[in-house]
Amino acid sequence: MTIEAATNPPMLPDALSGPLIHPRWVRVTHWINVLAMFMMIGSGWQIYDASPLFGFIYFPSQIALGEWLAGALLWHFAAMWLLAINGIVYVTLGIVTGRFRRKLLPIRRRDVIHDFFAALRGKLSHDDLTVYNAVQRLLYLGVILAGIVIVLSGVSIWKPVQFKYLTALFGGYDAARYVHFFAMSSIVAFLTIHVVLALIVPKSLRAMIVGR
Amino acid sequence: MLRARKSLPGVDPKLLIKDAAKLLPQSSRRLFLRGAASLGALSMLTGCDIIDGPTSENVLRVISTFNDRVQALLFSDTTLAPEYPESAITRPFPFNAYYSVDEAPDIDGDKYQLEIGGLVDNKKSWTLPELNALPEVSQITRHVCVEGWSAIGSWQGVRLSDFLKMIGADLSAKYVWFQCAEGYSNTIDMPTALHPQTQLTLKFDNKTLPTAYGFPIKIRIPTKLGFKNPKYVTAMYVQNNDAGGYWENQGYNWFSGL
Repeated sequence: MTIEAATNPPMLPDALSGPLIHPRWVRVTHWINVLAMFMMIGSGWQIYDASPLFGFIYFPSQIALGEWLAGALLWHFAAMWLLAINGIVYVTLGIVTGRFRRKLLPIRRRDVIHDFFAALRGKLSHDDLTVYNAVQRLLYLGVILAGIVIVLSGVSIWKPVQFKYLTALFGGYDAARYVHFFAMSSIVAFLTIHVVLALIVPKSLRAMIVGR
Repeated sequence: MLRARKSLPGVDPKLLIKDAAKLLPQSSRRLFLRGAASLGALSMLTGCDIIDGPTSENVLRVISTFNDRVQALLFSDTTLAPEYPESAITRPFPFNAYYSVDEAPDIDGDKYQLEIGGLVDNKKSWTLPELNALPEVSQITRHVCVEGWSAIGSWQGVRLSDFLKMIGADLSAKYVWFQCAEGYSNTIDMPTALHPQTQLTLKFDNKTLPTAYGFPIKIRIPTKLGFKNPKYVTAMYVQNNDAGGYWENQGYNWFSGL
């Protein structure tokens, strides 16, 4: 991006004069996505409760959204537009600008194993936020793919007649519900790690807000 | 219709509705979206100031109406719901309603008449022997409940589009409304009523519909969620005004297409 190449104004304080880590479109789509995911996951949990896939998994109403099935469905089918449109903008820009290729590729198994154990020993440096380590690359690419799977499996549950070939791709209506659930589970697992790490390295959180 | 209602021993439709109301969340339904934070996204989309529950509920209902239009556009009168072999039928096929199976309407088939009204040339009522004499179609399709579960059933009866043509219904009308014995009702869009798989169902698994599955008449619509498939149907009206329906009026999406 051209902004990244721009020279920094000398008057800015240190924190704001570093290299641009996240261009504006990444930050805007990131925070819209936070909002959309909050609504989709919260209402999805309430919908799940109406017909649980696993007897031992149940989401209390206090942490869900919509209060009862009809309310949760209204939220889910409203927020889906925000999630899908924002997601399409993000993925399109990520590909077109070359950001995905630059930031997320290549992912080598050797690097992932090395960086994973380095992270466990607390020896993985976050000095340069412009470069993702191999574990970050794997997780960020993985969550983008999980996002695509959760949208497509969701569409196949919503429209198993009009989009019956998509539903068949997921193994039919009932199987698509499990795919949708496991995609949610992996996204929530990612979010847990993601939020904890962002809090451990606060400058990464700042970078997602102000860009630097 | 009145005749059918009289033949419900010990079942008071008003009481049934009261029972159903107990299934709704405590306090009042108007508050069902209470506690919903993060309305910023919706306010960005709509340009409205959303602070309190009722306003957010209104916004969500507006989007639900928008989703009705999207679903009507996605609906294709030539796309058929997948059909399954007999071995795929779910046994026993689940009974599902807002009341228990022993509270289901018990209708006297000998006295039963299907009432016809609205924008129809021939408003003559239909007895069960007359309906059973009409050409029969059959389907083994998946019933998808709004709750998420699904079950495969086998239904036989009269193709609704054939029946509507036969009675001289105005096929350019917008809706078909169904009234049921226990007070339940549904309004469906005309394109769905004319879909080749939409069926005025008289049998389940080639046997007369049992009480649990909607005797004497169920409207089987494999392109819509289960709650848009009314059972114990006593009257059918072709009309241009949307008369709503039991669950639709409580916040469930109106079109509810699959």
